[in-house]
Amino acid sequence: MKFTKKDILGIKDLTVDEINLVLDTAESFIEVSTREIKKVPTLRGKTIVNLFFEASTRTRTSFEIAGKRLSADTINISASTSSVVKGETLIDTARNLEAMNPDIIVIRHSAAGAPHMLARLVKQSIINAGDGAHEHPTQALLDMMTIKEKKGKIAGLRVAIVGDIAHSRVARSNIYGLTKMGAQVIVAGPAMMLPRNIEQMGVSVYDHMEEAIKGVDIIMMLRIQLERQQQKIFPSLREYSNYFCLNRTNITLAKEDVLVMHPGPINRGIEIAPDIADGPYSVILDQVTNGVAVRMALLYLLTGGK
Amino acid sequence: MEKKKKIVMDPEGIDRSLTRIAYEILEKNKGVANLCIVGIRTGGVYLAERLKNKISKIEGIDVPIGILDITLYRDDLRMGNKKPRPEKTDIPFSLDDKKVILVDDVLFTGRTIRAAMDALIDFGRPRSIQLAVLIDRGHRELPIRADFVGKNLPSSLWESVVVNLTEKTGMDEVIIQVSNV
Repeated sequence: MKFTKKDILGIKDLTVDEINLVLDTAESFIEVSTREIKKVPTLRGKTIVNLFFEASTRTRTSFEIAGKRLSADTINISASTSSVVKGETLIDTARNLEAMNPDIIVIRHSAAGAPHMLARLVKQSIINAGDGAHEHPTQALLDMMTIKEKKGKIAGLRVAIVGDIAHSRVARSNIYGLTKMGAQVIVAGPAMMLPRNIEQMGVSVYDHMEEAIKGVDIIMMLRIQLERQQQKIFPSLREYSNYFCLNRTNITLAKEDVLVMHPGPINRGIEIAPDIADGPYSVILDQVTNGVAVRMALLYLLTGGK
Repeated sequence: MEKKKKIVMDPEGIDRSLTRIAYEILEKNKGVANLCIVGIRTGGVYLAERLKNKISKIEGIDVPIGILDITLYRDDLRMGNKKPRPEKTDIPFSLDDKKVILVDDVLFTGRTIRAAMDALIDFGRPRSIQLAVLIDRGHRELPIRADFVGKNLPSSLWESVVVNLTEKTGMDEVIIQVSNV
């Protein structure tokens, strides 16, 4: 199968075949990161710009490492040290970057749709590394890769996504991806954090954690995004964690071989108890490892042959 | 149009060639000390496996065997529309100071071998790399030659050489045919 997409903007635009191609390709890239010499010459002479308008450790580092292990030149731009602080618009920034002829631009922006606008504007491939509360496709791909690696399949699994669904691009991308791949998705969170009509995305909805995680194969905990909540939508963190923290008591409701996932960074003791985050069910660090492989696969698929 | 097909090696021929190559490898390397075998995906992998079995039958020792996928080292990734899917490389041992027998089914332009040698060097510093192929069909584009050859098969550029192996297609044979241009 040929990969014909110019950009990776969201899981919503990907077909099941395309998702499978990315996951299969990523599997082959895992090995490169385990070598003593962690570099292959595949993307020699290609330039990748990481344009991050929001804070990030994992995603930015992961993209940078992925590019470097494929021998591409990667350049990082963060908003705080760029001309954005002088008042340059996103469009002007993009046009200027385009004039320097990179091959791929990876962008994270707080505005939903920012990567889509860039994709229409410039000739380079755009990868969405998170746009507002809209999509975070590479996270969903690495999550699906981790599920497939640990469970051998995605179809037929019951996956509970718990937390602030309304503000979560990770949840949205995973809902698109997992339902496409045939999993049964359950979302749970306080009523204020559940978007209206979320059922239309093909998920079942609970406002109690215990009901949501009963008998599930996967629990995906979301981070409480303190930075996105100017208006307080719950009374206190302590109250939130009383009802929605995954701990050693409520985890027993899930299947015995449940996988615990979290996109990071984790708020220990708020949405996930430390002993669960570090415990035997947790695949949180496997997700990070697979993230590099998924991003290598995407960079490879977007650049190899035009 | 029906394609003209000619069988140039039958199962017995392939097996005899591999037996001879196994003996030649042992003769040239004076045994199996520091020896390892790496097969190039996909045809080379099965042949590497067979050579390993023959060597262990002769010497009573299993030599380490690895699988190499050269996709990420190809020199034509930027050209054309093809975006070959990389498969897994699996070399679970260090190549430092090893005598590596690199195995492929057909030696043609030499570009695959160039890529494979670049890849091997990324796994350590072998003492030597030796090349074993079942068929050498000529038409080299790079200064590369094989150390062990099953059969030299002079061919035209409009012909294609296909190595069928039981593990892949259910039967052992080498055929040469006019490729549809």
